[in-house]
Amino acid sequence: MDVGTLISNPVVAIREWLAQLLSNLGLAPQAADVILMILGILVIASVSLILPLFLIWFERRVVARMQDRIGPNRVGPQGLLQTIADAVKLLIKEDITPIGADKLVYNLAPILSVIAVISMWAVIPYAATMVGTTLNVGALYLVSVGSLGTLAIMMGGWSSNNKYALLGAFRTVAQLVSYEAPLLLSLLVPVILARSMDLNTIVRAQNVWFIVAAPIAALIFFVTSVAEVGRTPFDLLEAESEIVAGFHIEYTGMKFGMFFVAEFLHAFTVGALTAVLFLGGWRGPGAEQAPILGVGYFMLKAFAGYFVVILMRSALPRIRIDHMLDLNWKFLVPLALAVIVFTVLGDKVIGEAGITSPWARSGLLFLVNLVLAGLVYAVLSGAARRQRAEEAAGQAHDGQGALAEAAAHGEAGPHAAPAH
Amino acid sequence: MTAAQVIFLITAVLTLGAGVYVVAARNLVHAALALIAAFFGVAVLFVLLQAGFLAAVQVVLYIGAIAILIIFAIMLTRRVMEDTGPQTNRQWWLAGIIALVLFGAIVFSLRLVPALQGVTAAAQPIPTDTIEKLGFAFVDPNQYLLPFELASVLLLVALIGSIVISADRK
Amino acid sequence: MVPLSWYLALAAALFCVGLYGVLARKNAVAILMSIELMLNAVNINLVAFWHYLTPQVPSGQMFTIIVLTVAAAEAAVGLALIISIYRRRSTVVAEEIDLMKW
Repeated sequence: MDVGTLISNPVVAIREWLAQLLSNLGLAPQAADVILMILGILVIASVSLILPLFLIWFERRVVARMQDRIGPNRVGPQGLLQTIADAVKLLIKEDITPIGADKLVYNLAPILSVIAVISMWAVIPYAATMVGTTLNVGALYLVSVGSLGTLAIMMGGWSSNNKYALLGAFRTVAQLVSYEAPLLLSLLVPVILARSMDLNTIVRAQNVWFIVAAPIAALIFFVTSVAEVGRTPFDLLEAESEIVAGFHIEYTGMKFGMFFVAEFLHAFTVGALTAVLFLGGWRGPGAEQAPILGVGYFMLKAFAGYFVVILMRSALPRIRIDHMLDLNWKFLVPLALAVIVFTVLGDKVIGEAGITSPWARSGLLFLVNLVLAGLVYAVLSGAARRQRAEEAAGQAHDGQGALAEAAAHGEAGPHAAPAH
Repeated sequence: MTAAQVIFLITAVLTLGAGVYVVAARNLVHAALALIAAFFGVAVLFVLLQAGFLAAVQVVLYIGAIAILIIFAIMLTRRVMEDTGPQTNRQWWLAGIIALVLFGAIVFSLRLVPALQGVTAAAQPIPTDTIEKLGFAFVDPNQYLLPFELASVLLLVALIGSIVISADRK
Repeated sequence: MVPLSWYLALAAALFCVGLYGVLARKNAVAILMSIELMLNAVNINLVAFWHYLTPQVPSGQMFTIIVLTVAAAEAAVGLALIISIYRRRSTVVAEEIDLMKW
C-alpha cells in the first residue's frame, strides 16, 4: 500500500485495503460492501459520540474565560479528562423513573434525541472523499432528521408526568416548529446558488464562499439553527430560572447525559453546517489533492462557528417568549422569503448578462444583499419611528392613556405564551 | 427471496402493525407515536421505490410537522396521562366489516386486472434526474403549473383559516 | 424484485385500517390520524405506480406532492377546528358534538 496515499487520503486508502482483504477472504462483493457500510456507520457514529467529550471541555473553558474564571483544569492535562470523569459520575448515578411516567416513551426520548443528531453527520462531508453517504436530497435530509430531535424533546417533556416538563414541551412546539420555517427557507439559498441539494456538490460549487453571495441567508441560517438547538438566547425549552429545567427535569444519570451530549453535538453541528453551506466546507489550499487537509480546514471552520455559538451563549440574555415568536414570524420568515426572491432574480439577471466569473457573480449578489439589507433597515427604522411618535403623542395627550397602554402591555405578556 | 423482498416485508409488517395500533390504541399519545412509526415505514417504502426526494419530504412534513401538531393537539385537548373509557363508538363492528369488505373487494379487483399481474420490475430504468424533472414539471404551463399554484393557494388559505378558527375572540 | 402487487396489497390494507379508524374511533384527533393513514396509503399506491409503470413521467410523484400539501392543509385546519371546539364545549368526542343534529 502506498504510504503517501495513506497519509493524504486515509479513509479511501483504508477502505480499499479492507475491501481487498475481504475479497481475499472469499466474500462476495455485495457482502463485503455491506460489511464496509456497517463499519463506516460505526466509525461516523463513534466519532460523533466521542467529539462531545472534547466539545464540553472546550465550551466550559471558553465560558469560564468569558466569566473571568479558569474552568475545569484538575482532571488530566488542562482538565481535558474532566468530561470523562463527569460521564462516569452520570453512569453510576441512580436511574430514576418518575411515578406515573410513560415508561416506554420516557426511555425512548433521550435515545431518539441522540439518534437525530448523529444521523445528521451521515451526509456532512468531512473532506472531498470523506462523506458518509452522498444523498441528492442531502439538504432536505438534514431538516428531516432535525425534526426528529423536536419529537424527542416533546416525547421527553410529555412522558415525564411533570408540569414543568410539559411546559417545556409546549415551548418546544412553539419554538422549534416555527423556527424550522426560516431554517428551511434560508437553506434554500445555497441550494439555489449551487443548483444541487447534495452537500458535497454545494461545497464544490463554492469557488467563492457562499457567505459572500448570501450573507443575509447565512445569518438567518445561523440564528435559526441556534434556536433549533435551544441554546441561549433561545433556551426557552429548559429555561432553568422559569420552568426549572424544562423537558429534561425528571431525567437522571445517563439519560440526562444523552440529552446533554445531543445538545452539545447539535451545537457543534450548527457550526459544521454553517461551514459546509456558507464557509466552503473542506475547501482550502491543497484540499483537493490531500483530503486530510480538507478535514483540517473543515474542523477549523466548524470550530469557528461553534465558538460564535458559545460566545452568544455566554454574552446574551434569554429572549422573552413573545419576542421569540415575533422575531420569527414577523422578521425572519418574511426576510428569508425576500432573500430567496432577491437571490433568484439577481442570479438570473447575472446569468443572462453573461457574467460567469465566480468573484463577479458573488460580488454582484453581495450588492443585491446590501440593497435588501438597506430596504429592511429603512422599513424597520420607519416602523420604529412611527411607534415612537405614537407613544410620544399618547404621553403628550394625557398620562392616563400611557397608563392604560402599560397595563395592556403587561397583560399581553402571558397571553402570548402558547402554554396559556 | 431477495434482500429487497425481505426489507419490503419487514417494513410492510411494521407499517401495518403501527397502523393497526393507531386505530386500536387506547392511549392517544401512543397512537400518535405509532402513527409516526407508520409514516416512517412509508418513507422507507419510498426509498425502496427510489423516490428519495419524497421520502425526505415525507419525514419533514409528516413527522416534523403533522405528527407534532397532532401530539400538540392531543396534549391541549385532554388532561395529562388520562384515558377514559372505550375509544370506539357503538358501530365499531360495522366499521370493521366495511373495512374488511373493502379490503376484500380491492384485492379481488386487483386480481382481475391483467396489466398488473407479474409486474416485478420497473418498465423503464428509473431516471437519475427525477428531482430536476419534478421541478421543471411544476413550473411548466403545459404540465403542472396550475395544480402547483392551486396547492400554494390552498396552503395559504389553510394557514389563514386555521389562525382565524383557533384565535381567541375577545 | 418486489412485485407491484405487494405494494398495492399493502396500500389497500393500510387504507382499510385507516377507514376502520375513521368510522370507529370516538376521538376527533384519532379520526384525523386515521385520515392521515388513508392518505399515506394512497401515496404508496401513487409512488408504486410511478416506479413500476411510468418512471420517465413524473406524474406519480407530482400527485404525491399534491396529496402531501392537501394533508398538511387538512391537518392544520382540522386541528384548529378541534381545538376551537374543545375551547367551547370541553370535548373532542365526535358523538358529543351534536348541536346541529335535529
